[in-house]
Amino acid sequence: MSITDPAASAGEAELVEHSPGDDLGEARPLRVDVWRRFRRNKLAMFGLFLIVALVLIAIFAPLIAPFDYDERSSGSSRLPPDLFGKHRFGTDVAGYDLFSRLVYGARVSLKIGFAATAIAMTIGLTVGAIAGYFGGVLETLIMRITDIFLAIPYIVLAIAVATVFGRSENSIIFVLGFTGWLGICRIVRASFLSLKELEYVEAAHALGYSRWRIMFRHILPNALQPIIVYGTIAIGTVILSEAALSFLGVGPQFPTPAWGLMVAEGSGQITSAPHLLFFPGAAIFLTVLAFVFVGDGLRDALDPKLK
Amino acid sequence: MISYTIRRILLIIPTVFFALSFLFFLLFALPGDITNLIVGGADRNVPQEVIDRAAERYGLNDPLIEQFGAYWQRTVQWDLGDSYLSGRSVNELLGEKAVNSLRLGIWAILIEIVIGISVGMYSALKRYSIGDKITTVVTAGASAIPVFVLGFLLQYAFAVYPNKHDWPEWMRLRTSRMGPNEWDFFFIPGSVEQLRYLILPAFALASVSTALTARMTRGSMLEVMRADYMRTARAKGLRERQIVLRHGLRNAMLPVITLIGIDLGTVIGVAVLTETTFSWPGLGSEIATSVDSRDLPVVLGLTLAVVLVYAFVNLLVDLSYAFFDPRIRLGGGESK
Repeated sequence: MSITDPAASAGEAELVEHSPGDDLGEARPLRVDVWRRFRRNKLAMFGLFLIVALVLIAIFAPLIAPFDYDERSSGSSRLPPDLFGKHRFGTDVAGYDLFSRLVYGARVSLKIGFAATAIAMTIGLTVGAIAGYFGGVLETLIMRITDIFLAIPYIVLAIAVATVFGRSENSIIFVLGFTGWLGICRIVRASFLSLKELEYVEAAHALGYSRWRIMFRHILPNALQPIIVYGTIAIGTVILSEAALSFLGVGPQFPTPAWGLMVAEGSGQITSAPHLLFFPGAAIFLTVLAFVFVGDGLRDALDPKLK
Repeated sequence: MISYTIRRILLIIPTVFFALSFLFFLLFALPGDITNLIVGGADRNVPQEVIDRAAERYGLNDPLIEQFGAYWQRTVQWDLGDSYLSGRSVNELLGEKAVNSLRLGIWAILIEIVIGISVGMYSALKRYSIGDKITTVVTAGASAIPVFVLGFLLQYAFAVYPNKHDWPEWMRLRTSRMGPNEWDFFFIPGSVEQLRYLILPAFALASVSTALTARMTRGSMLEVMRADYMRTARAKGLRERQIVLRHGLRNAMLPVITLIGIDLGTVIGVAVLTETTFSWPGLGSEIATSVDSRDLPVVLGLTLAVVLVYAFVNLLVDLSYAFFDPRIRLGGGESK
């Protein structure tokens, strides 16, 4: 996609691509074109459908789940799945209804996924933009700091920070948010480095706009595409990391229905009750997959040349 | 080239220093009294005298900044201290665990290279075939499945299920710990029994990176196949095999090699989970349990080793660019 000043981007959709069947008559806004291309991608639409379904499940969890997530609903533990019975996915070791806990687990995963990604994006965008735009000592300092954190394998860093800051949902959001900004920071810096050399930035300077205005109103909108794609996939990655940390026992603790924690709880029962592993495992898998598909679909839709 | 290499090596030193120092302060800021932990848990009644002696031995009564100084003083001499819990030398522990991790890692990398590159090549050459479509979906799936879930699926399919249904003994794989510890040439399983312990964790560890390598090889290969020099090679009348392998694959490998290097960070994360899932006694599971039990010398010692390896592999990857693509000149100012 060509890079232009957002102020002049109204006609851009026409420049992008014309397949023979396209109606060349009128200019369409960019987002219409993006949506048209996105819609043609079956995997991406499948992912979008899954995400919408998950969000609905999370919102209406009390209506969907027959029991509470912290309610010991059955005297018998490890009941096998019975799709039309009282316990659709069976019960776990302590006699809790697995289906209900899975449904409420969508809340935990989505909350952590969205909130941690939002924190990581905010920090990464700000720091990366400053590094890329101002350059100099500030940039060197920022990039050295990211080097230092990137030198520690992510999981070790996350386990250490999680151990220090307690084992709850909120501390996991903090941990994943404050360890996840490094990647986005590098992407934003790289975009800003190349974008700030363009003529329209010079023009904005000549018009006497402030540096912050140029950074966020003029340059940022043009740097958004890789950020949107990265951010979408990052939500999936964050949910995956949350599951891993929960699995290792440094995430939320029982009775929080975190899917990773449920896998860990079921891991001792692989011989007698494998469904305790498979259902939460499948929930994590489908959720992460959905965000990966949508992220990939967005990338292809935003930049048809890459295809 | 040489000055670039030296500069990169020199840059590793402060990076590693600050990374480890950050971890040091982070972990020492942990709530709770570490001394209690050393003498056997906060809930036990231990005579004050014993606690004092333990604190004395590990220097825990000194101000934090002095402990920090002492930590680096011994660390630069490659003395990683003693474990709080077992009292064992961390150097010794590191040697033992690193060997186990390395054995698993070598097999995972072999699987990644052989399966990842060949599947990616196949996918690129037979683009839009059914095989290619399956590969695309499977590789996307492999990047979304948590390693520990995949690990348990493998355990169920290849060990639990065959055991339940009395399959012949040789078809049942092992899932927990490392088995007899019999190896030839360091990493080749010395017995069938050892092989049965190795297979599942090796494939679990390799899964994520194999999928990434396959995707990357496919994309890179597709791009290379369109290049002018490929058309030239065809026009010269070279055989297809030669075109693909000599002209195509060699050029397509550059981004893949980068990936295999960058990917090491992910591999370490995957290793922590894989080793925990299969109770493989390696570095990853040891780091995870030590952070959990707050055995700080073990955490810092093992992490230092991992961070050093990580830094040098990344350096090697950067240097290998020049080898695979002579157009790249290193050292002529930092590339932005």
